[in-house]
Amino acid sequence: MNAPNENIALTHADPLVIAGHAYRSRLLIGTGKYRDFAQTRAAIDASGAAIVTVAIRRTNIGQNPDEPSLLDYLPPSQFTMLPNTAGCYTADDAVRTLKLARELLDGHTLVKLEVLGDPHTLFPNVRETIRAAEILVKDGFEVMVYTSDDPIAARELEAIGCVAVMPLASLIGSGMGILNPWNLKLIIEQAKVPVLVDAGVGTASDAAIAMELGCAGVLMNTAIALAQDPILMAGAMKKAVEAGREAFRAGRMSRKFYAANPSSPTAGLIG
Amino acid sequence: MLSIVVNGSARVCGDGATVADLIRELALEGKRVAVERNGEIVPRSRHTDTALAMGDRIEVVRAVGGG
Repeated sequence: MNAPNENIALTHADPLVIAGHAYRSRLLIGTGKYRDFAQTRAAIDASGAAIVTVAIRRTNIGQNPDEPSLLDYLPPSQFTMLPNTAGCYTADDAVRTLKLARELLDGHTLVKLEVLGDPHTLFPNVRETIRAAEILVKDGFEVMVYTSDDPIAARELEAIGCVAVMPLASLIGSGMGILNPWNLKLIIEQAKVPVLVDAGVGTASDAAIAMELGCAGVLMNTAIALAQDPILMAGAMKKAVEAGREAFRAGRMSRKFYAANPSSPTAGLIG
Repeated sequence: MLSIVVNGSARVCGDGATVADLIRELALEGKRVAVERNGEIVPRSRHTDTALAMGDRIEVVRAVGGG
């Protein structure tokens, strides 16, 4: 389900557009690892995010039925839910998870596909990711796909019909920042769908660099949730994504080893 | 009585029980959950007329925090 977004394209000069929908923020936020749901909500509010990822898990049978639920704090009427396939290691498990998510969210089709290849590094299994993407796209899902920073894999996933390609900046939860900006640049240059950095951002400058490279957005969780002050970091990330985007649109000056061209006039010096 | 497996745990239901009956017994009525029976989604609109059978494997899921 998509939260109401009428007129965003009119009121926001530079919206993020995914699968024909305009979103007010280019920062997408994961909802894991927070202290509690109240902190999750406060961080998301501070981030300005319109799209939030959620995981799909078994209900706790026999536990307190009045236990609060994540969606009480993040009503799908206010946020666009992006159910993920975190923890899936095969295409079949990922497809099964997202079919459950579609049922859970009343026919919602915008999803985040990730198929992991290794529990140690959480590196994606690109072969299984491609297989799952083929099945999901045929079944009518709008697939935002997490993948490695391999331009050829990104191109194949776009050709299958994924609505956004989301290469890692570095490993999930690592906070190591953007390890291969040149690969990201190659992916961005060739892609006709939005390219979002997903995973690896550690602090605000990482998000700004991703946006300056030309990413359409950034998806992050741990960098905010595990900051000493998650709410403050959420606000920092909002500004970093906005600043990086504006710098990208503005077009940076060219790099020169030296310029010998001062910013102040050379005429009219005293003496 | 019907022996079934719900979220990986063995459980017993009355003969003729439906998915809706199971959801009620689990105190999940009215909660946002999705149900899979033997690998196939059971849409919410079909909970009341989907009868459980001996050996069914049921999954009941919800949304949780994740990145």
